[in-house]
Amino acid sequence: MLIASLSLPEQVVLTLAALILLSSFLLLAQVRLDSLINTFALQGLLIFFATVLMAFIAGKYHLLISAALTLFLKVFFIPGQLRLLVIRLDIRREVEVIGNPMLVMLFAAALVLFSYYVALPIRELSLLSTRNTIAISLAVVLIGMLIVISRRKAVAQVVGFMSMENGLFFAAVVSTYGMPMVVELGIAFDVLVAVILFGVFFFHIRTEIGSLDTDRLNHLTEVEK
Amino acid sequence: MNALAATLVLPLAGVFILAMIGHRRSAKTVNLVISTTTFVTALLLAIEVFHQGPILSASKLFYIDGFNVYLILLNAFVGMTTAIFSGPYMEHEVAIGRVDDGRMRLYYSMYQGFLFTMLMALSTNNLGILWVAVEGATLATVLLVSLYRTHESIEAGWKYFIICGVGISQALFGTILVYFAAVKIIPGSEEGLLWTVLQQHAARMDGGVMALAFVFLLVGYGTKVGLVPLHNWLPDAHSEGPTPMSAILSGLLLNIALYAVVRFKMLVDPALGHHLAGNLMMGFGMLSFSVAGLLLHRQYDVKRMFSYSSIEHMGLMTFAFGIGGPLATFGALLHMIVHSLTKSAIFITVGHATHVAGTQKMSEIRGLIRTQPFVGWGLLVGTCAIAGFPPFGVFTSEFLLFTATIKSYPWLAPALVLGLSIAFAGLFRNLQPMVFGEPPAGQKPVVANMWPVFIHLALVLWLGISIPTVLAQWLDQATVMLVGRGVL
Repeated sequence: MLIASLSLPEQVVLTLAALILLSSFLLLAQVRLDSLINTFALQGLLIFFATVLMAFIAGKYHLLISAALTLFLKVFFIPGQLRLLVIRLDIRREVEVIGNPMLVMLFAAALVLFSYYVALPIRELSLLSTRNTIAISLAVVLIGMLIVISRRKAVAQVVGFMSMENGLFFAAVVSTYGMPMVVELGIAFDVLVAVILFGVFFFHIRTEIGSLDTDRLNHLTEVEK
Repeated sequence: MNALAATLVLPLAGVFILAMIGHRRSAKTVNLVISTTTFVTALLLAIEVFHQGPILSASKLFYIDGFNVYLILLNAFVGMTTAIFSGPYMEHEVAIGRVDDGRMRLYYSMYQGFLFTMLMALSTNNLGILWVAVEGATLATVLLVSLYRTHESIEAGWKYFIICGVGISQALFGTILVYFAAVKIIPGSEEGLLWTVLQQHAARMDGGVMALAFVFLLVGYGTKVGLVPLHNWLPDAHSEGPTPMSAILSGLLLNIALYAVVRFKMLVDPALGHHLAGNLMMGFGMLSFSVAGLLLHRQYDVKRMFSYSSIEHMGLMTFAFGIGGPLATFGALLHMIVHSLTKSAIFITVGHATHVAGTQKMSEIRGLIRTQPFVGWGLLVGTCAIAGFPPFGVFTSEFLLFTATIKSYPWLAPALVLGLSIAFAGLFRNLQPMVFGEPPAGQKPVVANMWPVFIHLALVLWLGISIPTVLAQWLDQATVMLVGRGVL
């Protein structure tokens, strides 16, 4: 099972998978909001290419519709929407201090190892070309979760959330050539609504606490103040 | 089949109608009419299922059997009674200036949107659509949790959005894994997420993949069930939103998430051939049950306290489904109904009580039974019912569960009794002064419609004394589907 024994398109898919994982690490380390959003758009673009490639490898042309949805949502609409919000809230150049970035990075690396460990029983079942990709997609989901946990700015948390969504979509594409179309459309609809609601929330949080720092959302506790 | 279509289309139409007229005075009537018609169509659907057995729609997208038909009926019913309560309650909120016209439109529109997504989640046969609908239910309610736009409510809304969103993503990964296992053995991949198809092939699906999938599904949907340690969002979301929302969140949404877990358990058990799914559910259930019981003692906010009681009961149901066996499963299915009815009745009463006292702090709610006897009695009887006093239905289901525990896992029975008594103490130490204490000077009764509460509690009482044959048959069918044999 050498990489070289795979066909060229399959090798490209694997390379793209590696790049998608790399972009997740970039998201984790990116401190400036506008760069963060650009990196997110880049991740979406990589997933778009991977999906198109998978569609041609497997001859499943309905994947092209999913790919088009990804291109529209993850590369144009969501990053565009976030950029617009960031400009309107005037926090474009805001820099976020990540507490203990080294530790977070090491933890993310551990998550990748963990994903491979978890995906072991699946890999044995699957085709050669998708061996690594499930583990990578799980890693992207988990790193997305880590972004949500480690960041304090609401915008960064949303990017983490959407990056989890990217990982899930990638998992569906590489393991099963996408979900049935009706499910795919439903998920896209949910994502679309979620982005709009996040935008609404940014304004509410900003009006109420004067910034988008979610660490200040700390009024609710178990004991009476 | 037409009844099913109507049950889904009505609330969907309601979303758009009420988005336009939600701020008018007539909105509460329109909301009630739509909810009532939905209930009537759900009733017609139930009658159809009763006569013909399980229904599979022509597109195979919808499937109604003994397990979901009674939940659909319950959903439509609580949706209707809460709509009765919500009208005057929201008018009071408008009168004291907590919400404006725009937000009333949002409120009514999303009320129907919430009911629609839940009915969709229950009736669909496609496990992917189930996920889409459960996520849709989060999206519909997230702005309602933050409806009052206070610091606390926005915090609760954000927490709810992020924690449930992240959690439910895990469930989607689990769903993808199930689909992955399915397309290996089922040709025609478009059908690989249909529950009816999967159920026939469940035994042939790869055990390793299904076990992994179930872990993700339990964590994902479990977040929404409110299982400890994934429960953090729940007390906040349930206590900061408007009370009608608390009633349907606690009464219905948690059930839907548990329903999703149990549907998947039905597929995972035959694929694995051992009890992994059940053990996981027992562990999570027991933990939630015990922790929530203890946390009941530390609460200061009346809605938070009853949210913890919801976590406790959801834990109990998860535990019961985990034990497996006909008796425990039948008990858990029954508990889903009685808990919903009782908990939504309690939240409705609490809504009136907070209007009487003008606060949600339990230390400031006093003497309800003297100021407004109906509200005081409602709270007292409701809490007795939820604490598991005979002859209410909660007692029946808890008794069934207890019997099953003694049979299969006798060493867990003491923990169960201890947990129930801790929860009972937690509820009553706070309830007693609220109901019987000395009312503060100048405390006045409010306009309250207690009919929904009485109807709910009467139904719970009825279910405690004798379960109607129809319902018992459905519960038994569901039990047979879940564990292979029934109790009747």
